[in-house]
Amino acid sequence: MAISSQGVAIVGAAETDKVGKLPDHSTLQLHLEGALNAMADAGLTPADIDGIATVANPGPVQIAHSLGIEPAWMDGTAVGGTSFLLHVRHAAAAIKAGYATTVLITHGESGRSRVGAPPRPMEPASMQGQFEMPYGPLGPPTTFTIPMLRYMKEYGLTHEQLAYVAVAQRKWAAANPRAMFRDPLTVQDVFDSRMIAYPFHLLECCLVTDGGGALIVTSADRAKDFPKPPVHILGTGEAMDSWMISQMEDFTSSKGFRQSSRAAFAQAGITHADVDHVMIYDAFAHVPIYGLEDMGFVGRGEAGAFIAEGRTEPGGELPLNTNGGGLSYTHTGMYGMFLIQESVRQLRGEAAAQVPGVEVGVALGNGGMFATSGTLVLGSHT
Amino acid sequence: MATPSKAVPQPTPDTQPYWDGAANGELRIQRCRDCSRPYFYPRPICPKCHSTNVEWFTASGRATLYSYSINHRPAPGFADDAPYAIAVVQLDEGPRMMANIVGIENTPENLILDMPLKVTFEKRGDVMLPQFTPAGEE
Repeated sequence: MAISSQGVAIVGAAETDKVGKLPDHSTLQLHLEGALNAMADAGLTPADIDGIATVANPGPVQIAHSLGIEPAWMDGTAVGGTSFLLHVRHAAAAIKAGYATTVLITHGESGRSRVGAPPRPMEPASMQGQFEMPYGPLGPPTTFTIPMLRYMKEYGLTHEQLAYVAVAQRKWAAANPRAMFRDPLTVQDVFDSRMIAYPFHLLECCLVTDGGGALIVTSADRAKDFPKPPVHILGTGEAMDSWMISQMEDFTSSKGFRQSSRAAFAQAGITHADVDHVMIYDAFAHVPIYGLEDMGFVGRGEAGAFIAEGRTEPGGELPLNTNGGGLSYTHTGMYGMFLIQESVRQLRGEAAAQVPGVEVGVALGNGGMFATSGTLVLGSHT
Repeated sequence: MATPSKAVPQPTPDTQPYWDGAANGELRIQRCRDCSRPYFYPRPICPKCHSTNVEWFTASGRATLYSYSINHRPAPGFADDAPYAIAVVQLDEGPRMMANIVGIENTPENLILDMPLKVTFEKRGDVMLPQFTPAGEE
């Protein structure tokens, strides 16, 4: 088997000093702190950066200007929480095309404290404003969750299996000092937490936190110039389904997850057996279930039992969401950056809950409510 | 402080036939004249065969309950309804749309997937809003 590389690597990666409740940090500060930490991780200064990517608002112009960067290439792709995985993909293409040599990708979000955060508009003349908002949704907990009962009817997944996703991830969080929640959890604890949007209890919904992080991407042939071992970009994919949850093509499977992952695996030239570590965007407990099936790690309807059998938790054959995930570690709102950060840590061998011998990792990001998807296959060597 | 009111949809030129239909007690959606496939939400092109030869028609108003969540944290104006289901219904013609399920207490025991539903209309601001209610034994 021939694993291929894109000739591009992540050579700097860092999160903000803290994640969690940070009412003393604005959205912009979180971006800049993450950026400064990532540049320090790579031994670079803003003078070395010639490409910038981040989600609109604050957007690439404000971030670059604030840091004194004069980019020759910028990307403001903002398609929800997976955007940062797409930024990595786009940065790899830009570097290969010669548009930039060294790209900074930033995330910062005052998701909990809402300091200097952009408003969340609800335009009554938009399609969502006309065809969804009148029915009383209130944010992701009430819409992202709608497909699950259909999945449960089609495949017989139990409420216990759904709850166990949170239990399994809490076991990883227990080993991560930065995780917001670390105490052991039982299925009964999940059932005893208050109902948010049936069938989802509070502990089956992600945290809402403040934080940020950033990445430095450059060509792999420069990798020896940096203090940390490079994390090679082996394969990438991006895809979409519907921006309105009511129009999702198949309520039991994410078209975006399937398409972006198929593309990334094919480009990397890997099979599922090559994968040592997996990160799946877990805004809610069902998303890793969809992700494992849509990426093809298990068959249709099998992911709930797979997780409940302990096969993704510490000691299991497929370590999943080893930082504790959005359910226990942190979730700023656009969580994708943290998927990449944990993938990089695992591949460098510096994670809090380090899995032995990780050489290939996969990160699957979600944007909106199953609306957009990004997949990265990353490797410790080419 | 004024009681917050429920979100009111604001029709646009491309969706006006839908809201005009609702004002007359009709659920109007579009279909493709070339491949004859019905579709929703309103747009000027068939999402399947990409023909722009499309038309509006009045759907049967019959549907089944496709999936839902029961929201325990009410949106503005929905406090008296909570907990309430935010449902997606599948029209007999095929397309799916969001709706509330009215005329029945919104509990998991009452709301059985694939149960038959029929359209009804609720006055919301200046528009009539399509909703769905159990079709019962018909």
